Amino acid sequence: MAKILNDNAIGIRRRNRKVLIVGLLFTSPWIIGFFIFQLYPILASFYYSLTEYNLFSPPKWVGLGNYRKLFHDDKFYLSMYNTLYITIVGVVPHMAYALAMALLLNAKVKGQSLYRTIYFLPTLVPAVASSLLWMWLLNSQYGLINMGLHYIGIAGPNWLVDPDWTKPSLILMGFWGTGTITVMYLAALQDVPKMYYEAAEIDGASKWRQFWVITFPSISPMTLFQLIMMLIASFQYFTEGLVFAEATQSTGGPENSLLFYSIYLYQQAFSFLNMGYASAMAWMLFVVVMICALVIFRTSARWVYYGGDK
Amino acid sequence: MSGQSTVTGASSAQGAAGRRGMKPVAKSVLKHAILCLAGIFFLGPFAYLLLTSVKSIDDIFAIPFVWWPKKLYFANYSNAVHAIPFLRYTLNTLFVSLMCVLGELIAAPLTAYGLARIPFKGRNVVFMVMMGTIMLPAQSTMVPLYILYNKMNMVNTYWPLILPAFFGAAYYIFLLRQFFMGIPWEITESAKIDGASEFRIYTRMILPLSIPALFTVGLLVFLSSWKDYQLPLIYLNDPNKWTLSVGLKAFIGEHNVEWGMLMAAASLFTIPIIILYFFVQKVFIQGITLTGSK
Repeated sequence: MAKILNDNAIGIRRRNRKVLIVGLLFTSPWIIGFFIFQLYPILASFYYSLTEYNLFSPPKWVGLGNYRKLFHDDKFYLSMYNTLYITIVGVVPHMAYALAMALLLNAKVKGQSLYRTIYFLPTLVPAVASSLLWMWLLNSQYGLINMGLHYIGIAGPNWLVDPDWTKPSLILMGFWGTGTITVMYLAALQDVPKMYYEAAEIDGASKWRQFWVITFPSISPMTLFQLIMMLIASFQYFTEGLVFAEATQSTGGPENSLLFYSIYLYQQAFSFLNMGYASAMAWMLFVVVMICALVIFRTSARWVYYGGDK
Repeated sequence: MSGQSTVTGASSAQGAAGRRGMKPVAKSVLKHAILCLAGIFFLGPFAYLLLTSVKSIDDIFAIPFVWWPKKLYFANYSNAVHAIPFLRYTLNTLFVSLMCVLGELIAAPLTAYGLARIPFKGRNVVFMVMMGTIMLPAQSTMVPLYILYNKMNMVNTYWPLILPAFFGAAYYIFLLRQFFMGIPWEITESAKIDGASEFRIYTRMILPLSIPALFTVGLLVFLSSWKDYQLPLIYLNDPNKWTLSVGLKAFIGEHNVEWGMLMAAASLFTIPIIILYFFVQKVFIQGITLTGSK
């Protein structure tokens, strides 16, 4: 420290420049990767969205033609509806369930780590395998779930074939994979200072009130993080939908009820080689995700509480 | 892990429960009942997966329902292994996953060190942009990247699956940055005064201290690469180059009702990572929670 103070201005500048060069050298892998794998593709995707391109003949400029076509494409709206459905109906219940499990585990329970392991296991199963397993569980005739429902006198739906039930099937399966969120919530809960609860106990606050006044605000940064990550994952919902559609040997499932935005985009790009059209869809997705993230961050000031101790 | 700190919490909770008239024992029983129910929900499908994988067709479609197969039918496994080039797909998947781990473990710690311990001008900008890219949907860059790889004749090779790892992914860089920031500055300060270069400090001091964190990142990369479906689907056309995900998906289409064999294939795909998980569970959970904190 003392050495820096003795240096003259030129020395400081030279030192700063050296620090800058070393810093950039260390971070260069990511910076170069950012230009190749993120910045260039995003910009190029905007350019391609203004063209017609099938990989074989050079891109043909069509201006906003692709976007105009999009707004008249029923499948585009359908895929958007399917994606919003699974996002709105799925994300919040999955988070609430994961949080509930974490709260139960956080209280002193015998065998906490065993439960945690059990809850976490399903998240290790590759999506193709877990979707396959759930296709079997949800099989209308021989599946375990409908057999269970039959046992208690309920006629189970034709989960994978009835277009009204395909998306609820996926959401049901989604509960099975909430272990990661539970584990992360559990870590956040264990960081909440115990003295808050002790003080609340003395004041006679009910458990319910303690949750809303202490627990929920304390873990709100984690909730914000999870919410954003899950929204983005949900907008990109792909593999599970594609595998479930196999039950009816199609790409979009029964009546295209499993044609999610990413699946339609994939189909346009790699089945029909409409690279321009797919790029327009990609750009719409990019803009929607950015707007969602912005809205969540802007409103988060109202419900996310950052403790002063970190 | 929760040990000492929760003891006081529990006793005061019991006091509160007592005041409200619910017996602590009853409360604990209720809690375990819910946890067990959830446990069944999480474990049940696994059990059913394994159980179905050793059932013959007759047992699978038997009415009334047969819980335990009359005779364990392991032929499903050998049928599955012979119906698809299982060994080949496993080796392909292993190759891709290990290369991704290698790439990520070269690039991510370097970048993370720069962001954590070199106070260069513009560092915060780099960090903010990097965190922003976590939110970037992969689909929005997919098409131009495909066109790019197509121009470079890399479609139907493993390059598109592996190459990005060698430039570091924001998520893992962030995780390692958090870890590097937690290493006391005093440790490296004296080496710096002695004239050691940043690179020397990085390789000789920081990396050896970070082996658990590097291990976690390596595992996370391995898992995500092992499970990935979309990239191999897009880039690998030649069935000989397929990974397990793509191979299994194609297998579903061809063997629609052979549930025993399908479940055997799904088990073979899943069991290795479950075994891996049990070996490294502690480090793994630590890593997951490290990612989430703040």
